[in-house]
Amino acid sequence: MTMRYVQEFRDGAAAQGLVARIEAAASRPVNLMEVCGTHTVSVFRHGIRGLLPPPVNLLSGPGCPVCVTTNADIDKAIALAQQEGVTLATFGDMMKVPGSYQSLQQAKADGADVRVVYSPRDSVRLARDNPHRPVIFFAVGFETTAPTIAASLLEAQRLGVTNFYVFAVHKLIPPAMIALLESGEVRIDGFICPGHVSVIIGSRPYEPIAKRYGVPCVISGFEPLDVLQGIEMLLRQTAEELAEVEIQYSRGVRPEGNPLARELMYRVFEVSDAGWRGLGCIPGSGLKLRPEYRAFDAEQAFPVEPPPTKEHRGCLCGEVLRGVITPPECPLFAKACTPEKPIGPCMVSSEGTCAGWYQYGPRS
Amino acid sequence: MAKASKILLAHGSGGRLSHDLVAKEFVPPWQNPILDQLNDSAVFSLSADGSGPRLAFTTDSYVVKPLFFKGGDIGRLAVCGTVNDLAMVGAKPLYLSASFVIEEGLPLSTLRAVVRSMREAAAEAGIQIVTGDTKVVERGAADGLFVNTAGVGLVPAGLEIGGDRARVGDAVILSGSIGDHGIAVLSQREGLEFEAAVESDVAPLNGLVAVMLAASPNVRVLRDPTRGGLATSLNEIAAQSNVGIAIEETTIPLNDSVWAACEMLGFDPLYVANEGKLVAVVAPEDAEQVLAAMRATRYGEQAAIIGEVVAEPAGKVLMRTAIGGTRIVHMLVGEMLPRIC
Repeated sequence: MTMRYVQEFRDGAAAQGLVARIEAAASRPVNLMEVCGTHTVSVFRHGIRGLLPPPVNLLSGPGCPVCVTTNADIDKAIALAQQEGVTLATFGDMMKVPGSYQSLQQAKADGADVRVVYSPRDSVRLARDNPHRPVIFFAVGFETTAPTIAASLLEAQRLGVTNFYVFAVHKLIPPAMIALLESGEVRIDGFICPGHVSVIIGSRPYEPIAKRYGVPCVISGFEPLDVLQGIEMLLRQTAEELAEVEIQYSRGVRPEGNPLARELMYRVFEVSDAGWRGLGCIPGSGLKLRPEYRAFDAEQAFPVEPPPTKEHRGCLCGEVLRGVITPPECPLFAKACTPEKPIGPCMVSSEGTCAGWYQYGPRS
Repeated sequence: MAKASKILLAHGSGGRLSHDLVAKEFVPPWQNPILDQLNDSAVFSLSADGSGPRLAFTTDSYVVKPLFFKGGDIGRLAVCGTVNDLAMVGAKPLYLSASFVIEEGLPLSTLRAVVRSMREAAAEAGIQIVTGDTKVVERGAADGLFVNTAGVGLVPAGLEIGGDRARVGDAVILSGSIGDHGIAVLSQREGLEFEAAVESDVAPLNGLVAVMLAASPNVRVLRDPTRGGLATSLNEIAAQSNVGIAIEETTIPLNDSVWAACEMLGFDPLYVANEGKLVAVVAPEDAEQVLAAMRATRYGEQAAIIGEVVAEPAGKVLMRTAIGGTRIVHMLVGEMLPRIC
């Protein structure tokens, strides 16, 4: 089993070397938060947690877009999908997320036309192939995804596709990190910052976190050696009492990010307040369509009134997303709540913290 | 949350919901000692005293989409899948039935190509298709073509192969690379077309099994890791035998293109379907000779010892990762994509 360029980042000997350096640098207990769900999965999949010395505690953060989507937004997507003659397209992970009353998957079994697509461009194609059917793309994601949605919308505009709509619940990562620090609920000694988000936004948006809150930030890649090296860089900073933004994932991330993608994103979207599961409404943490793209706005074209939202009794996804508890501390975990019958979204998404613990860790 | 219970696509995934469906909806009303074995094939004696050779009997339906994919088609799949279910209980497959549910409008040339492919697969496996049935349904009531096959084979007297026979210290052998079938089919799925230089591994494994059984009388477990992948098969063995299974990530054969596709799609190859691979549990003293015999065959060239049976933790599968970490490998949870076979 050989794989150029990625396999090198799974080398056993190099990993042992990094683990030895982490052990040497881990002098006092530290809480490091991996913000992004892809990091959470990598930590589990490669058995990284068990390689770390006891003082190094990894916390999972709010960086799973499916998980932080609120019940209200899921309920609205379901209500949109239930409109007569409408097709709703979304990413596969959204299908099973329970809203207040049901999931998109259940709405589909009941007759709503819900399609899974791998790329928002596929939903533009779907609209083009079915010109008499409104196709709504339920757009969930962070800065990584938003530019591709923007590009798809512009493509639809260019092609004269008038039956394509977007229901966008995009969110921005740095405001959520600041909200966590502001709440003071959990001590965070360092952030493993998301690699893919940072490809777009670069390293500068994290500067306030390092400067104002004194918390070191390292942007890491997703292979096991990336994560281990990211942890080692954070430990070095904490040992020297530094708080800087460093880029471990230098093969993917430039300090300035990707200006072209950002330009595309902000041509179509503008910053708005957004509701996050577990974190509430965070000012300036979302994206909404600019007024000039209102014709694509599903909420404008199909005013729906979903029934009042309900939270799931006993579900502690909010606490998990804030790093306050680990999934096994939730009384529902692996009992009432499993990936087959999820109660909260953190158990649904392949990047969800609860799903990661359930899939790769001990279940009790 | 009050909601009407309905069948979801996930009930067909081969994971836990599929198991629950069988255990709750089918087994109780039909209960009998042979059904209760819940192996790939039912095995029973034709004589009242249970002596002599036993018959193995199995059936499977094939709904793969698309009908033709790189490395195979629904016809080859329908023959090989049922042949393999027989081979995994140690049976020598003999005869198959074939039933077709055809959607109105299917080109006759498509049907002919499938039938031809079944003839070729049957010839390769050394079995005959001896009975069949055809139904045609109106347009929209089936997606082109569904195929069902059933098969019978003979289990030699004295041969005992079963998921409950793994013992501590046994070697775990995998016959070749994992994930090829799942990725080959996915790569040609509507809305998901991507270029992958990977072909389905769909193949009859009865020849490979015969070679293994000739090499050692101590082959204890055989499983073909189809839906749910290698992870699910290993978990079934660990649970049925009440043992632990410890595997090494770096020893598992994996083609580069399958690996790359899995990375791109976020799949774990341990859970991706195979249609021409088997995993065997063999007594440790015979492992090397079984491995050598496998490697001398067409469908076992890449065979490797991937781990061993351990006492603890009973019922669980542990994997040492490439970087030296350890993780639990659970059964498939949730679903991969539907209609993979």
